[in-house]
Amino acid sequence: MDNAQIKIHTKDLNLFYGDNQALKSVNIQVEEKRVTALIGPSGCGKSTFLKTLNRMNDLIPYVKIHGEIYLDNLNCYQDYDIVELRKRVGMVFQKPNPFPMSIYDNIAYGPRVHGLKAKAALHDIVERSLRKAALWEEVKDRLKHSALGLSGGQQQRLCIARVLAVEPEVVLMDEPTSALDPMATLKIEDLVQELKSNYTIIIVTHNMQQAARTSDRTAFFLHGEIVEYGATEKIFNVPKDKRTEDYITGRFG
Amino acid sequence: MLKPRTTEKIAKFIMWVAAILTVTFLVLVLGYILLNGLPKVSWEFLTTEPEAMGAKGGIFSTIISTVIFTLVTLVMSVPVGVLAAIYLTEYMSRGPVAGVIRFGTDALAGIPSIVFGLFGFAFFVVLLKPVTGGWSLISGSLTAAIMILPTIIRTTEEAIKAVPVSYREGSYALGATKWQTVSRTVLPSALPGIITGVILGIGRAVGETAALLLTLGGSLFIPLSLTEPASTMSMHLYKVAMEVGAMDMAFATASVLIISVLLINTGANVILSGLKRRTTA
Amino acid sequence: MPRKLRERAYKIILFASALTALLVIIMIGGFIFKEGMPVFSKYGLPQVLFGGKWQPSTQLYGLWPMIIGSIYLTVGALILGVPLGVLTAIFLAELAPKRLVALVIRPAIELLAGIPSVVYGLFGMVIVVPAIRALASKIPAYAEDPLLSSGYGIIAGSIILSIMILPTIINISEDAIRSVPAEYKEGSLALGATHWQTIYKVMIPAAGSGIIAAVILGMGRAIGETMAIIMVAGNAPIIPDSIFSSVRSLTGNIAIEMAYSSGEHTQALFATGIVLFVFIMIVNSFALRIIKRRVKNA
Ligand SMILES: Nc1ncnc2c1ncn2[C@@H]1O[C@H](COP(=O)(O)OP(=O)(O)OP(=O)(O)O)[C@@H](O)[C@H]1O
Ligand SMILES: [Mg+2]
Repeated sequence: MDNAQIKIHTKDLNLFYGDNQALKSVNIQVEEKRVTALIGPSGCGKSTFLKTLNRMNDLIPYVKIHGEIYLDNLNCYQDYDIVELRKRVGMVFQKPNPFPMSIYDNIAYGPRVHGLKAKAALHDIVERSLRKAALWEEVKDRLKHSALGLSGGQQQRLCIARVLAVEPEVVLMDEPTSALDPMATLKIEDLVQELKSNYTIIIVTHNMQQAARTSDRTAFFLHGEIVEYGATEKIFNVPKDKRTEDYITGRFG
Repeated sequence: MLKPRTTEKIAKFIMWVAAILTVTFLVLVLGYILLNGLPKVSWEFLTTEPEAMGAKGGIFSTIISTVIFTLVTLVMSVPVGVLAAIYLTEYMSRGPVAGVIRFGTDALAGIPSIVFGLFGFAFFVVLLKPVTGGWSLISGSLTAAIMILPTIIRTTEEAIKAVPVSYREGSYALGATKWQTVSRTVLPSALPGIITGVILGIGRAVGETAALLLTLGGSLFIPLSLTEPASTMSMHLYKVAMEVGAMDMAFATASVLIISVLLINTGANVILSGLKRRTTA
Repeated sequence: MPRKLRERAYKIILFASALTALLVIIMIGGFIFKEGMPVFSKYGLPQVLFGGKWQPSTQLYGLWPMIIGSIYLTVGALILGVPLGVLTAIFLAELAPKRLVALVIRPAIELLAGIPSVVYGLFGMVIVVPAIRALASKIPAYAEDPLLSSGYGIIAGSIILSIMILPTIINISEDAIRSVPAEYKEGSLALGATHWQTIYKVMIPAAGSGIIAAVILGMGRAIGETMAIIMVAGNAPIIPDSIFSSVRSLTGNIAIEMAYSSGEHTQALFATGIVLFVFIMIVNSFALRIIKRRVKNA
């Protein structure tokens, strides 16, 4: 457990929305094939940090970023083409956002935009991805139906399958269960456990139990800074920082 | 001074009357024309050529011309309009250039059709005569195309803006490029709105007359090429009513026009509800 | 990198498309001014704008009768159409049973907007004009003069135009009324005001600029309308001295004479187009400014 490879690391990462600084010298080393949880109060910069990792912030014109992010020791903002980076670093959003197309087309979307046309190969990927996301059995008979007809939990697993279909190495999840009921939440958590043998997962959550249950390492964010980062048992059982302790015990806003 | 209760009653009564009047006008206009025109609309009327400038015979050639004219107009305006709307909503950042482009689109929307006609006459009919053949189907269609351009742009823009941001995020996060995101996610979701715009455009093209008087030529023969003159049903109706004075023929033509507009609206609604059913559940 | 090149190419195509509208409006302005200016420079701006006689055969190109004609017709259309349209809009937004609106009124308005203007013109010719003719023949002073007693003229034109601008006025006013925040309404009702008092004292003022924008856009439509007017207005290029009088609009002037004009006469028609173009640009820029201000305040 201790000699894991470093998949992503940042050096003095600062991010500004116009004049408003949302990230302050963030330094973190994310381990490969582990689940890393990001926790912290609302507005502390968790989503912002997550989005810098696959450059979703590039869509906002007034964002300024200083510092460096490395994926496999290559600079995300200089050495990678943005499409290549997003292929390798997939993202699942807080609210399930399937496209208004069939289940099949949703999963095939990524491979198709990356140039895959062969029918057989697409079929293969769709099935494989849905299986990995533990959704295949539920939808195999209605692949041509609209994805919008699925339940919220199924939609979120579909979105995970959609990400897996482009064969990423890292999967970012921004509060993936906050819009779901407890049963659906448990399914996603189980899924996260299964996926971590093949993928590096970073998950933002407001649910302390979830962070404790699913993650290997946890980072506590506050006002754009990382207050404490380490093994999840340590963070939750023997936090070093008073603020971390206040937050996980619920004495905090 | 009246009691508030009484005022309220009177006010509501007046508003009911206003609404009823509005609907009455419609029923009156439509009813009168259809009552007088429909009895004269027969298969023969639809399928024979006009005679004596339209005083006798049918309106076959004008129906054909209207269809061709409308199609040519759409082919020229819809792609440009949709692409322009994509640029305005998805690609353009704020700034002076944006303001100027926006001004152009807004201003074009307000220009009266007769002014488009003057321009079409000066530019397509006179200046480009070697290409367009002067008064011709293509001159008329080009003029109508720039006329309906703002309609297409606006409705498409509205439709694109209504597409949830989460669709775009989902697409970008999978590594899609901007154009892939726009063409595979945004446009399909905006399709119902775009179709609405196209329908509005068809309606305007079918109903347009003023600009066509100056550009389309008004021939009652079926045009055999884009550079030949033609006459649409609306134009024909005007000439038959005003110049020939054959009111029965005018009523019949007007009825065909009204029925066409009704059919187009209904057809559009059917297509739209079909599309909506397909994309939601 | 081919992908980046492709993206760049798409962007250029899109940009070019977006420029089309701007380019076209510049060309429209350019061509009309180029063709119409010679008349202004030859006869002088005041002569053309304020000249009372339009007689192309004797080189008299006074546009004043048509300017007045367009103004009369437009004002007439607004007098008839605005109260009806705004009241209907309030009715739709505040009073009407939902099913009635969805099943009858809204489709009716949609249809009203979709009917070609020549159809309105035809209706005017056979229903409105004869009715007014009958009325005018009862007025002894008018009976002899065909320009006053034919039934074709300002009243017929205004009535038809008012029906034609109803959809514009209704739709935009209704939007404006519906976008008044619910709290305003609730606040007023909670103070014990009646529904009508709330509409009259709170909703209409709050929606005021939107309703004004609706009126201005309706006005733009009325000024620009051509076919329906030439079919019912009589088209005599005279300065009308009665609402029964035959009248010619700027738009009608162009549509009627373009077919057989040539040379300087054609240029004078383009000059008519310049006046119309400027008129419309002024009217619409007012409407746009009001709408933009609303959007900003919202
Ligand atoms: N698009 C944006 N434009 C401007 N400021 C933003 C934007 N997105 C986030 N911010 C600001 O950046 C800060 C961090 O926001 P972020 O969304 O990263 O917080 P978070 O930790 O994800 O919060 P939550 O738990 O509520 O999701 C906040 O102050 C927020 O207001
Ligand atoms: Mg967040």
